Amino acid sequence: MIPPAAFVILAALLFILGIIAFFVKKDLLTQFMAVEVMLNAGNLAFLALAKALGKADGQMVVLFVITVAAAEAVIGLAIIVLVFRQRRSIRTDDLKDLRG
Amino acid sequence: MGMAGLFWLVPLVPGASAFVLLLFGRRLSRRWVAWQASAAVFFSFVLTTAAFAHLGAAGGAGLSKTLLKWIVSGSVEAWISFTFDELTAVMALVVTGVGFLIHVYSTAYMAEDRAYSRYFAFLNLFTFFMLVLVMASDIVLMFVGWEGVGLCSYLLIGFWFDRPAAAKAGMKAFIVNRIGDAAFIIGILFLLANVGSSSLAAINAAPASGLLGPGLVTLVAILLFVGATGKSAQVPLYVWLPDAMEGPTPVSALIHAATMVTAGVYMVCRLNGLFAASVTASTVVAWVGAITAVFAATMALVQNDIKRVLAYSTISQIGYMFIGCGVGAYAAGMFHLVTHAFFKSLLFLAAGSVIHALGGIQDMRQMGGLRKRLPVTFPVFLVGALAISGIPFLSGFFSKDAILTSAFAGGHYVIYGLGLAGAVMTAFYMFRLIYLTFYGEEKAPLTPGYPVHESPWAMTVPLVILAVFSALAGFIGLPVLFGRRADVFGRFLEGILGPAAHHLAHSTEAALILAATISALAGLGLAFLFYRRSPDTPARLAHRFPGAYRLLLGKYYIDEAYDAAVVRPLVGGAGWVYEHFDLKVIDGTLNGAAAAAGLAGKGLNILQSGLVRDYALAFLMGAILFLGFLLL
Repeated sequence: MIPPAAFVILAALLFILGIIAFFVKKDLLTQFMAVEVMLNAGNLAFLALAKALGKADGQMVVLFVITVAAAEAVIGLAIIVLVFRQRRSIRTDDLKDLRG
Repeated sequence: MGMAGLFWLVPLVPGASAFVLLLFGRRLSRRWVAWQASAAVFFSFVLTTAAFAHLGAAGGAGLSKTLLKWIVSGSVEAWISFTFDELTAVMALVVTGVGFLIHVYSTAYMAEDRAYSRYFAFLNLFTFFMLVLVMASDIVLMFVGWEGVGLCSYLLIGFWFDRPAAAKAGMKAFIVNRIGDAAFIIGILFLLANVGSSSLAAINAAPASGLLGPGLVTLVAILLFVGATGKSAQVPLYVWLPDAMEGPTPVSALIHAATMVTAGVYMVCRLNGLFAASVTASTVVAWVGAITAVFAATMALVQNDIKRVLAYSTISQIGYMFIGCGVGAYAAGMFHLVTHAFFKSLLFLAAGSVIHALGGIQDMRQMGGLRKRLPVTFPVFLVGALAISGIPFLSGFFSKDAILTSAFAGGHYVIYGLGLAGAVMTAFYMFRLIYLTFYGEEKAPLTPGYPVHESPWAMTVPLVILAVFSALAGFIGLPVLFGRRADVFGRFLEGILGPAAHHLAHSTEAALILAATISALAGLGLAFLFYRRSPDTPARLAHRFPGAYRLLLGKYYIDEAYDAAVVRPLVGGAGWVYEHFDLKVIDGTLNGAAAAAGLAGKGLNILQSGLVRDYALAFLMGAILFLGFLLL
C-alpha cells in the first residue's frame, strides 16, 4: 500500500514541472501541454487527498475538472490552429500585438 | 349649472388643440388646421359665455374647480385649480372673444405662409397659457401662465426666425421679460414664506389679517409690479415691445396689444387687496403708469413705421390702465383694458390689412391716399382711431375719462395733468397716422404688378365686428353723471375690485369730461393742421428744433443707453471672464487632468509587454506571494 503522501508529492513535482515547461518552452502548443500537466497534477492531488480523507468529494471534483478540461482543450487547440493559419507561427515571442 | 360647470375646460381645449397641431400639424391640411384652431378657441368662447351667463344670473356665485394637488413642499402647497369669478369672466371673454376673431383673421392673413400649422399651434398654445393665467386661483399656477404667454410671445415674435431682426427681437423680449420675472419670482417667494399659502384669495386677505406687515406688503407689491412692468411694457422695461412688431401682425394684435401685455394690469387688479394695502406701492404704480403714458406717447409722435406707432400707443395706453390701478380705481383700469383690447386689436388688424394690401410695406411715408382703395379698412380704422383718441361716446372716451376722473378725485392732480397731455398726444399721433396713410396723394406701389386691393372677408369681417365693439363698448361703463346705476361694468366687478371710491360733484365731473373732450379734439385739430392743412409744418418744426426732433426719433436713445449701461458691460465682462477664467482656469484644469492621466498611462505602459510569459511570471509571483502570506 503506497501512502497518500507519495501521491501528493508526485502531484507537486508534476505541477512544478508544468510551470518550468511553461516558462522554458516558446511555442504555444507545448505551453498548452504544460498547462494540461499542471491541471492533471491538481487532479492527482485531489484524488490522493480524497483517498486519505475517505471522502468522495475530491473524486467528484476530478470528474468535473476532466469535463471542463475537455471543453477547454477543444477551444484552446482551435485558437492555436487559427493563430497558426493567420500568422504562420505559434511562437509566443512573435505574438505580442497586445503590447501597450 | 349646465355648461357653466365645465368652465375648467376653457383653457384646456385650446391647449389640447395646440398639442395636436404641434405633433401632427405638418401632416394636416391647411384648411383643417385653420378650422381646428379657430373652432377650439370658439368652443372656449362659448363655454366662457355660458359661465358668464351663470355669473350674471340671479344668485350666481363664482365657480371654482380643483383639478389636482400639484406641489407639496414643507408647508407650501400649490394646486392646479381654476376660478371663474367676475374679474376672470371679463378677462376670459376678452381673450377668447378677441382671440377667436384674430384666429379667423389669421386664416387669411397667414394664408401664404409656409409654417401655417406652426403658427396656429403657437396661437392656440398662447390662448391656453393666457387662460391659465387669468383663471388660476393660485399664484404659482398663475406664474405658469405668466411664463407660458411669455414663451409664446417669444416664439411668435421670432416666428419668421430666418430674418435676423425677428430673431433678435424675440430674444430681446424674452430677456427683458426675464428681468421683470426675476422680481416677480422673488415676490412670490416672499408671499409663500410669509402667507404660507399660494392661494390668491389668501394673499389678498393677508395684509388685513396681519400675516404681512406694512413694510413687507410694500416690498412684495413693488416686486410683483416690477414683473408687471416687464410683461406690460412699462418704464423702464418697455423697450422690448416696439421691437416685438417684427412678429406677424395678428400676433401683435392679440399678444402685444389686446391680451398678454395687459396681464400686468390684470395681476394688479387680481391682487388689489395687496396693492390697496400699500399707499407707497399704489403711488409707484400710478406714477410709473403716468410717466409711461406720456413718455411713450411722445415717441409715437414721430415714428414712421405704422406698427411702431401702434406699439408705442399700446405702451402709453397700458400706462393709463396702471394710473387707474394706482389711484385705486381698479374697475376703471379694467374697463380701459377691455375697451383697449377692442380698439387696439382693431387698429392692429386694420394696419395688417393695409400692410397686406400693399404687399408688406409698413413705412407710412410710402403710403397715402388709401382711403378709396380700402373701402372697408378705412372706416373701421377711423372708428378705432376715434375711439382711442377719446372722441365722445366711443368706447375709449368713457374708459379714459373714468381713469382720469378717478385720478382727479383722488387728489393726484399732476398725474391727471400728465394723463390729459397724453390724451392730446394720443389724438395727434393717431390722426397723423390716418392722414399719412389714408389721405394725401397716392404713391406708386413699390411692389410692381401687385395691385392694391381690399382684404378677403375672413379679414374684414373680424374688423367690422371689432369696430362695432370699439364704438359701443363704452356704454357698459357710463360715468356717474348718468346715474348711480349707469356704471354696469363697475358694479359687475364691485364684489372683487371694491366700489368706485370717488364722490365728485356733478358739475366737477362734467367739467372733467369737457376737459377730456377738448384735449382729444385739440390733438385731432393739431394733426389736421400739421398733416392736412399745411403738410410742411412737421418738416419746419423738425428743422426749427433739430435737437428735440432727433431725441424723439432716436426714442430718447434709451435702447442705446441700456446697451451702454447693461448690455455692453455684460458682454464685455463675459468676454473677459471667458478669456481669463474659462480659457485659463477651467480649460487649464481639464487639460492638466487629461495630461496627468496620459502621463500615468505612459508610465504604466512598460508593464504591458504583450508577451504571455511576462504575464504568466507576474501571475506566478502573485501566487507565490499569496501562498507565502497564507503559510506565514
